[in-house]
Amino acid sequence: MEWEIVIGLETHTQLTTASKIFSDSSTRFGAAPNTQANEIDMALPGSLPVMNRTAVERAIQFGLAVGATIAPRSIFARKNYFYPDLPKNYQITQYEIPVVQGGNIRFFVGEQEHTVNLTRAHLEEDAGKSLHEHFTGPHGESSTGIDLNRTGIPLLEIVSEPEMHSAAEAVAYARALHGLVTWLGICDGNMQEGSFRMDANVSVRPKGQREFGTRSETKNLNSFRFLERAIQYEVRRQIELIEDGGKVVQETRLYDSDLDETRSMRSKEDAHDYRYFPDPDLPPLVIAGDWVERVKAAMPELPAHKRARFEQELGLTGYDAAQLTVDRDTSDYFEQTAAALPRGQAKLAANWVLGELSAHLNRHEIDIAQSPVKPQALAALIGRIIDGTISNKMARDVFAALCEGEHGGDPDAVIEARGLRQISDTGAISTMIDEVLAANAATVDEYRAGKQKAFNSLVGQVMKAAKGKANPQQVNELLKQKLG
Amino acid sequence: MIMPLHSEFDSIEALSQALAARRVSARELARSALDAAESRADLNVFLHKDDALTLAQADAADRLLAQGLGTRLTGVPLAHKDVFATQGWRTTAASKMLAQYTSPFDATVVERLRQAGAVSLGKLNCDEFAMGSGSRNSAFGPVHNPWDPDVIPGGSSGGSASAVAAGLVMAATGTDTGGSVRQPAALCGVSGIKPTYGTVSRFGMVAFGSSLDQAGPIARHARDLLELVDTMSGFDPRDATSLEACDGVANAPGRIRSGFDTARGQYEQGGSQPLQGLRIGVPAEYFADGLAADVSRAVEAALKTFESLGARRVDISLPRTELAIPAYYVIAPAEASSNLARYDGVRYGHRAQNYGDLIEMTSRSRAEGFGPEVQRRIMVGTYVLSHGYYDAYYLQAQRVRRMIVDDFQAAFDGRCDVIMGPVTPTVAWPMDSNQESPTADWLADIYTLGVSLAGLPAMSIPCGFSDGKRPLPIGLQVIGNYFKEGQLLAVADCFQQETDWHQRKPGQQ
Repeated sequence: MEWEIVIGLETHTQLTTASKIFSDSSTRFGAAPNTQANEIDMALPGSLPVMNRTAVERAIQFGLAVGATIAPRSIFARKNYFYPDLPKNYQITQYEIPVVQGGNIRFFVGEQEHTVNLTRAHLEEDAGKSLHEHFTGPHGESSTGIDLNRTGIPLLEIVSEPEMHSAAEAVAYARALHGLVTWLGICDGNMQEGSFRMDANVSVRPKGQREFGTRSETKNLNSFRFLERAIQYEVRRQIELIEDGGKVVQETRLYDSDLDETRSMRSKEDAHDYRYFPDPDLPPLVIAGDWVERVKAAMPELPAHKRARFEQELGLTGYDAAQLTVDRDTSDYFEQTAAALPRGQAKLAANWVLGELSAHLNRHEIDIAQSPVKPQALAALIGRIIDGTISNKMARDVFAALCEGEHGGDPDAVIEARGLRQISDTGAISTMIDEVLAANAATVDEYRAGKQKAFNSLVGQVMKAAKGKANPQQVNELLKQKLG
Repeated sequence: MIMPLHSEFDSIEALSQALAARRVSARELARSALDAAESRADLNVFLHKDDALTLAQADAADRLLAQGLGTRLTGVPLAHKDVFATQGWRTTAASKMLAQYTSPFDATVVERLRQAGAVSLGKLNCDEFAMGSGSRNSAFGPVHNPWDPDVIPGGSSGGSASAVAAGLVMAATGTDTGGSVRQPAALCGVSGIKPTYGTVSRFGMVAFGSSLDQAGPIARHARDLLELVDTMSGFDPRDATSLEACDGVANAPGRIRSGFDTARGQYEQGGSQPLQGLRIGVPAEYFADGLAADVSRAVEAALKTFESLGARRVDISLPRTELAIPAYYVIAPAEASSNLARYDGVRYGHRAQNYGDLIEMTSRSRAEGFGPEVQRRIMVGTYVLSHGYYDAYYLQAQRVRRMIVDDFQAAFDGRCDVIMGPVTPTVAWPMDSNQESPTADWLADIYTLGVSLAGLPAMSIPCGFSDGKRPLPIGLQVIGNYFKEGQLLAVADCFQQETDWHQRKPGQQ
């Protein structure tokens, strides 16, 4: 039987705010346990939550960037469940009416463009952390510690429609989303620190069937690779289960990266009754149109807009434009490079950024912001191709040298030092041609007798005499003239 | 009993003048009040006292007074209901759960009164987590009514009302979720006001029903209440439900006083008919079956007094009065079940000694730490929020709440300026009654719950006594439209200029 895979993602993005979503404790990562938890985070009697407006603005920014509706009035609810690292024993989250509704994410899988619709994005607070490992109690016994520094860190949970059909597509979506939130600066995107974590809802159904299959939810995937592996595992597991006559049960699962498998965490039957109800401590979140306008005015140019501009103004292909706007650092790099070049040469800049540069960065796992070759240096190098100083082939060698940091990253210094400067002096080339013609009379005769191959041989001789540095175009032209 | 020095003064204003003139010092007042409190340990009103803390506040007040920097509350002895967080004194909410808990911060109400120079004698007993109508649900024993030790003082702010009635403090703070200021004030023969929801900060108040909880003072009479409530109220950025403005007027100290002064000025021009033009709405539903004859008689007599002062009586209807009981006893427990979830034995508060796993630690800590009424409400609240019951109970209760709001607004839209009626169906009931039917007390909240659900301001003022060998006080409820605290206090003041019910003291009849 042929199976169709259906995937929806819920992504928790930690918002970049200085203080927590409902208290003024710092959100700085890595502080000593419980040094960033005040009376609100610790849920002391009489403490009350107060909404952090910056967190709301981050949500508005996201909503605007994905073309969503910003709810003029959204509601905070309490999600009630007992857990020791949840001090109030309820989480404040948006339930029935979220702040961001709808919108979509566009991205490429290979050369194929995809659009995934978003259901919603809502604001909520993070829980604290239980420290199970290497924690000893006051009497040296093995124990569980609780760190409330993470309690109340603002999160935007972004929920996609179940519209993805492969692990690769889900990863591409997640990468695009990651690129967007870091582009906007609303999330630092640091996956090791948990700033961007994904839950994957996966189900399978026979191709052509309309109803969804029963889904499982694999929680807390904090890398794109884990996301891919977990989905692949789940798909395999579910198909095998059904084909063996079994049934998929609705449940929450955890991915174990050491064993590369998912394991059941709790079934639907054990699911909590969260007893959601509107939080009486927080009035409805009212977002007036002028607030949205103010946020919009302060936003950076959005990737979609930039992408369209690259296509229309710079003549890039849709694919290249999309690749160059995958994150802000890449697009900044490209724009700085293109800006330092004469008009009309953006395509060349795009080729270099997406070709040689990204190959090098990928190979060495370097972020583009940390590229050893700065945009100005790359533009200078491309400039030497344009003005004929070096050939494309030579430029690749110079680039490799620049990557190694030779000559302080100055392409001209590398060209000079390696003697790569192309001979474009007509007089010098002419002299070399004359010498070659004199020494190869037989070949000249063959050419004149109509043998085209002889011409190529003569060009080769000239280039050899020039140690490869003669401008090939000039050699061709002059040789033709002389043989005329 | 040792009579405290402040009992020689009829009002905070008179006491304040004596303090300002240095005829009496804050320290002397505090010392004598502490001693008086000690001599009335039988009432069980004080849960936490600390002479050193109180005297230090008194000394600070004396320094302010010496520099001429005192306010009208500087040096005035009062006490706080033990649901207000206080640094120094423990904050237990009358629960075993918090028996050893001390807050690292002061509630906004406490802070505002302290900054005004008021001197706190300590923390007052009440129903556990403010849940109850008799101050019997305290982990630290019941509060007694100074009019008769065998009857309840009302609740949940029973310690506050009892302390004021016994003259131990000039005034006390209380909280009102479904009548917890008005009802004990009525049953103890003192005055109390619950201001409009959102005018007084809830920051630092141990939460019970967040959408209903509102702090309010208890004192002998309206003028003393004015001194407190005007200082207590005001916008607080630490409480998201606190209002920045009330009908276009900044929510800040001075707002209620100005409302009072305006109304007072108007009444003074009326001569013998100060309340000329005031329309008093009297809801038929507040005088239906179940209202005791002596209460009805006293309230009717009070209404006559108001008529004699020029006010006009208007019959109105609040048709959803009875529905307020089920609506309230769904919404308040629902919120409480969630608000009290934080008491889990993990970070602070009572933790069970013996437990196997985490779930057992939390459930045993809660089973041991919470009294039966608190457990009952947590269970009711959990039930009504549960999947499959939420619509039928919680949402339905919210719809009823909306209708109750509309009923009051229909009355205030053109029909009347204030609404009056009884606070309770009967006078204070015996300490040992209703024990077998714990929800019987809930029904007695019928006249106070609607106001709480609507978030309106309301007062209770003494208006008479029951018949019999041991007469017990009766309260009159005065309900105003949103933000009309100043007007309410002025109306009550008019009545108290004319009557002396508020001057009666237990044991002196």
